[in-house]
Amino acid sequence: MQLETATILEHRDYGAGYRLLRLAAPQIAPQVQPGQFVHLRVPRLEGCVLRRPFSVYKAADGVLEVLYKAIGRGTAVLGAALAGEKISALGPLGHGFPLDLPAGRVPVLVAGGYGMAALYLLAKRLPLTGVVFVGGRSAPDILCVEEFEKLGWKVRIATEDGSRGVCGLVTGPLEAWLAEGRGQGMPEFFACGPNGLLEVVGQRALAGDWRAWLSVDRHMCCGVGACLTCVVKLKDSDGAWVWARSCKEGPVFECRQIHWDRAEEEA
Amino acid sequence: MTPDLSITLAGIRLKNPVMVASGTFGYGPEYADLVDLSQLGAMVVKGISLEPWRGNQTPRTVEVASGLINAIGLQNPGAEGFLQTYLPFLRQFDVPVIVNIWGRTVEEYAAVAARLSAAEGIAALELNVSCPNIKEGSKSFGSNADMFKRVIAATRAVTKLPLIPKLAPDVFRVAEFARQAEAEGADALAITNSVPAMAVDLETRRPKLANITGGLSGPAIKPIAVRLVWEAAKAVKIPIIGMGGIYTAADAAEFFIVGASAVAVGTANFMEPAAALQVAAGLRDYLARHQLGSIRDLVGTLTC
Ligand SMILES: Cc1cc2nc3c(=O)[nH]c(=O)nc-3n(C[C@H](O)[C@H](O)[C@H](O)COP(=O)(O)OP(=O)(O)OC[C@H]3O[C@@H](n4cnc5c(N)ncnc54)[C@H](O)[C@@H]3O)c2cc1C
Ligand SMILES: Cc1cc2nc3c(=O)[nH]c(=O)nc-3n(C[C@H](O)[C@H](O)[C@H](O)COP(=O)(O)O)c2cc1C
Ligand code: FES
Repeated sequence: MQLETATILEHRDYGAGYRLLRLAAPQIAPQVQPGQFVHLRVPRLEGCVLRRPFSVYKAADGVLEVLYKAIGRGTAVLGAALAGEKISALGPLGHGFPLDLPAGRVPVLVAGGYGMAALYLLAKRLPLTGVVFVGGRSAPDILCVEEFEKLGWKVRIATEDGSRGVCGLVTGPLEAWLAEGRGQGMPEFFACGPNGLLEVVGQRALAGDWRAWLSVDRHMCCGVGACLTCVVKLKDSDGAWVWARSCKEGPVFECRQIHWDRAEEEA
Repeated sequence: MTPDLSITLAGIRLKNPVMVASGTFGYGPEYADLVDLSQLGAMVVKGISLEPWRGNQTPRTVEVASGLINAIGLQNPGAEGFLQTYLPFLRQFDVPVIVNIWGRTVEEYAAVAARLSAAEGIAALELNVSCPNIKEGSKSFGSNADMFKRVIAATRAVTKLPLIPKLAPDVFRVAEFARQAEAEGADALAITNSVPAMAVDLETRRPKLANITGGLSGPAIKPIAVRLVWEAAKAVKIPIIGMGGIYTAADAAEFFIVGASAVAVGTANFMEPAAALQVAAGLRDYLARHQLGSIRDLVGTLTC
């Protein structure tokens, strides 16, 4: 974990309403593991007191890439940062995805929203290729398909309006693939996306007695484990639960660890 | 000559007068890779109760205009957990450790104070009588003069460690609480805690915090805190640790001028982990520019 003044190398539209931010961050970049994130101080963001967390999309040769969507004030103001500007980055933060798959497993990635960006580095660093399921509302929401295909991964798409891939939720093509025989192996799931998607993937993995590594999305203040904002409930030994910090022990948890709390609305 | 930042506060020697505020810097390990803890004026750890406490449900914080509302609810590992896991870690550093404590009853305050006093390596106890996020009573300790007095008296009776009551911002006359604390044997005062506040989601028309209300911190509360410190400083002789929205040396200087002897940096740590060290360095420059030899020469120099 380091605090580094990075330099913006490139900042441009990436399609699907996303922007690509490339940073020279020679201290942080070599340390990044798939699923970890960086906490960025948005330049010229007045009246805000927090950094903004983003998954690392690519990390190589001292360069970090982030893919983000403008959804509020911080990400809108970030959009105005120019190449050549400095940006303070804190990272890499959290615990990412495991890379040591037991023999005979087929890696199955499931993404929604910025999930494709967060899972790309995993696809690149896993010792074998597998299949990626990606869902979105409409064709333009689907990110990075070609990037995964270039790495040799199969990509299955679902859109709610049917404008690209199968019509419906990403669970449609996922179930079909599982029924087809799932590429002769035991699936090991890795998912990043809205909390609803994570829960569905987690339940499916439990039902099949498979493992699912889920990257949860929680609001964060410090990003380093100090403030206890980002906590999630994990199962305790005796049926009770304990808090874990998603910025520190997470954001990736195995679905068996998570205590799903339906009565309570999570942010 | 470089100006002297060192101070002695409640008998504790500090290298500089800039601490980190309770709840914003964890228990030490969280920021230790980023900040040399030995360079902090003091490390004030997150509130500790006798037994472990889970705190509130989520969402626990929300960012608002120039501030943050938090309702963490004082989640903590309890006195034993702190003593076993964190105090040994903190003792590796050359920094005074101030432990912020709280309880749900007067007896609980006294019990946690007594337990921590038996340990080696704690410089002082900060009494959180003002957290807006505990429903079962802590609130009333800070705004009810009688309860306030009883908590200080009960903890005073069980510890020789310096006692630093942390005053609530939402009291009618802060000077009276300050005098009361001094009379009960407090060694210093911390002013102030976060300000009771809330925020509403317009789409769902629900509160943005699971706890409904929380405490506002950050730049939004600085003017409120400066005024509270000024009022209290006029009323008592014991030193005051000023806090509320300090990001820069300029923010901190305001607190010293109205009478604070030390300051704490809280919410700013989330943006800049080394904010406290930057504030200390900036204060040294400020003193040099104003030809003051020591930070002590700045305290209470307001001219009205
Ligand atoms: C571990 C992690 C990885 C992430 N990776 C990416 C990524 O790769 N690409 C991407 O586009 N987005 C990512 N996000 C979401 C991103 O952090 C938010 O979109 C961003 O913080 C919104 O800031 P804002 O000021 O524009 O929104 P506002 O709604 O104005 O922000 C107000 C506050 O809420 C917080 N907030 C709002 N939405 C979210 C959210 N979904 N998650 C966490 N905090 C939120 C903000 O940080 C800020 O503190 C990630 C979030 C987490 C927790
Ligand atoms: C996330 C968070 C947690 C806090 N936890 C505590 C606590 O446990 N005990 C306490 O006395 N004050 C706590 N505080 C209050 C701070 O110590 C400080 O008094 C307040 O935030 C004002 O300073 P600031 O504006 O610099 O943050 C907390 C504040 C924040 C933001
Ligand atoms: S964001 Fe502060 S503990 Fe996770």
